[in-house]
Amino acid sequence: MAENTNAAGEVALGAPPGMPQLNVGTFDNQVFWLLVTLVVIYFVLSRVALPRIAAILAERQGTITNDIAAAEDLKAKAEAAEAAYDKALADARAEAQRIAGETKAAIQADLDVAIEKADAEIAAKAAESEKAIADIRAGAQEAVKVVAKDAAKDIVALMGGKADAKSITAAVTARMKG
Amino acid sequence: MADEAHGEGGGLSFHPMDQFEVKPLFGGGYDVHWYTITNVTLWLALAILAIIGLMVLTTSKRATVPGRGQSIAELMYGFVYKMVEDVTGKDGIKYFPYIMTLFMFILCANFLGLIPMSFTTTSHIAVTAILGFGVFFAVTILGFVKNGASFLGLFWVSSAPLPLRPVLAVIEIISYFVRPVSHSIRLAGNMMAGHAVLKVFAGFAQVAAIAPVAIIGVMAIYGLEVLVSAIQAYVFTILTCVYLKDALHPHH
Repeated sequence: MAENTNAAGEVALGAPPGMPQLNVGTFDNQVFWLLVTLVVIYFVLSRVALPRIAAILAERQGTITNDIAAAEDLKAKAEAAEAAYDKALADARAEAQRIAGETKAAIQADLDVAIEKADAEIAAKAAESEKAIADIRAGAQEAVKVVAKDAAKDIVALMGGKADAKSITAAVTARMKG
Repeated sequence: MADEAHGEGGGLSFHPMDQFEVKPLFGGGYDVHWYTITNVTLWLALAILAIIGLMVLTTSKRATVPGRGQSIAELMYGFVYKMVEDVTGKDGIKYFPYIMTLFMFILCANFLGLIPMSFTTTSHIAVTAILGFGVFFAVTILGFVKNGASFLGLFWVSSAPLPLRPVLAVIEIISYFVRPVSHSIRLAGNMMAGHAVLKVFAGFAQVAAIAPVAIIGVMAIYGLEVLVSAIQAYVFTILTCVYLKDALHPHH
């Protein structure tokens, strides 16, 4: 082998014979280092790089699938929440209507009672007032009668007559009736 | 030293092939043993570092939302994985690490070779022949292990008319054995030709009159070479997948 390379080396030193690619003396060197290189590259790729990239790609695929599933899950949840919200809203509205109705009825009932009571009180007061007015009126008539009697008596006395009480009372009573 | 070998007299000197010389990294001279650390060793090691940087360091954070580097690593992974799955089918997936190794190595070596003053490991027929014949032997052995003698059905085109089948079998066998040769020479030839053309254009830049044209030419060829580097890595990989498919499913 040494002689071979020596011969090749001499040829190269003297005059490179055309294409260096055909210089057989360098083939063993190239082949040796190429095989070393290929083995190293193969181990680097198959032991480190390719499994790692495959794991990255698989993980990404998994992440994407999970995210899509999670998104669909969340969407379903959102739809359920919306439905629940709508239902709660409808329930609340119905409840509000019911409470409003009940309250209205209760108020109406209270109001009716109060009105009735007030009516009764008003009626009582009115009756009382009427009675008072009648009393006052009666009192007034009496007073007018007395005043009229006194006045008639005084007038008759002034005119020089002397009127008895009986005739004056009869006259006043007759006048007042008329 | 190599410069002296070419004619210096004309003033215009082209050394398009010097860039492909395998030289010891330390010590000088051309004495290359099998264990010598050469520029091949350096650029193969840089390819390993590039792959580690691209596929391992970028993914160290294992981010669910990838950054720029991790996106590139995932893109590479997805690209080759889908290629293996589409071409060879589900049962080819377990060979994905091997195919990924080939793809990443060729891609990184091709691109590293485009750095000015660098050495293109994939422009050497010794390197690509190892790759091509490695695929050839692996696929052939795999075909016989998986299918036994029925792997030979690959050469017997049962859909053709009976009289044509022996003729087709001969053609199929020839084309089968030419596969590793074309597989390896295609890659080395593309890389070598492109880099040599770059050097030739650069050589023309020595003449002031045509220097602008030559430099524009270098730029254009360089752009083309970037494309070729990626495409050749892709072509090598997809052909490997096709050969693997033939080994797993030899019947047409």
